[in-house]
Amino acid sequence: MTHTDGNLLAGPLRAILGVDLTTAQGTCDGCGARGPIASALVYGPEPGLVARCPSCENVLLRIVQTADRAWLDLRGLTSIEVALA
Amino acid sequence: MAIVARGFTGRGRSDPALPPGQYLTQDFPVLSAGPTPRIDTSRWQFTLATETGERQSWTWEQFLALPSEDVTVDLHCVTKWSKLGSHWTGVPLEEFLGELDTSAEYASVSSYGGYTTNLPVEDLLGGQAWIAHRYDGEDLTPEHGGPARLLVPHLYLWKSAKWIRGIQLLIEDEPGFWETAGYHNYGDPWREQRYWGD
Repeated sequence: MTHTDGNLLAGPLRAILGVDLTTAQGTCDGCGARGPIASALVYGPEPGLVARCPSCENVLLRIVQTADRAWLDLRGLTSIEVALA
Repeated sequence: MAIVARGFTGRGRSDPALPPGQYLTQDFPVLSAGPTPRIDTSRWQFTLATETGERQSWTWEQFLALPSEDVTVDLHCVTKWSKLGSHWTGVPLEEFLGELDTSAEYASVSSYGGYTTNLPVEDLLGGQAWIAHRYDGEDLTPEHGGPARLLVPHLYLWKSAKWIRGIQLLIEDEPGFWETAGYHNYGDPWREQRYWGD
């Protein structure tokens, strides 16, 4: 199964957090690589969206979404840097 | 004048082999949470570990030497497709767990590639679960979990871990990859246990 890029995360992340995180800089908890969330390798959307680090394939984040609920796991990201202006 | 069809239930489910909310497919869709591991059987190993730390491993040759069964089972994916009457060859879990001295009630299944899932030990026994290595008369392809995958068809298919590498027996339950991200801890398709709280 092939992956797509992190732009697939834009809609679900906006639905959950209310902001576009795809341009934010994420730091991988596995290898320390840093880059835009949009550069993640994304698998899914079913049974859930799984974003992996393009350097080490560590799971950065996971999103499971139903019609009325969503779960977001960000454990694979040490930090997310968001530009405020 | 509107026509109302009395007694129409709206479910439209005609096949008694289909659990609630499922539709029938003739295909075998591939869903994955990561890159497909390519595991050469020369380096494949399956390891069973008990709650006390006792470990036993099988090489591919040792695994194939165990008594296997041909089974025909229905598969139910939580994404709502079901595939009926699929043919598999696999080694029943009793062959691995049968003689084991354990009081563990839970199992954590791990895969090459890092996937995990959890289920009660009793769901691995009683002719309900196999480590399968052939599908439809052919060696199991990597896309479908080869060289070997867990097959527990009475639960949603995410419990049938592809690319199985080991089983850790546990006193305390340990939710796996999807079970920690909203999917149901047990996953019985006949009770439509898809998500937390179902």
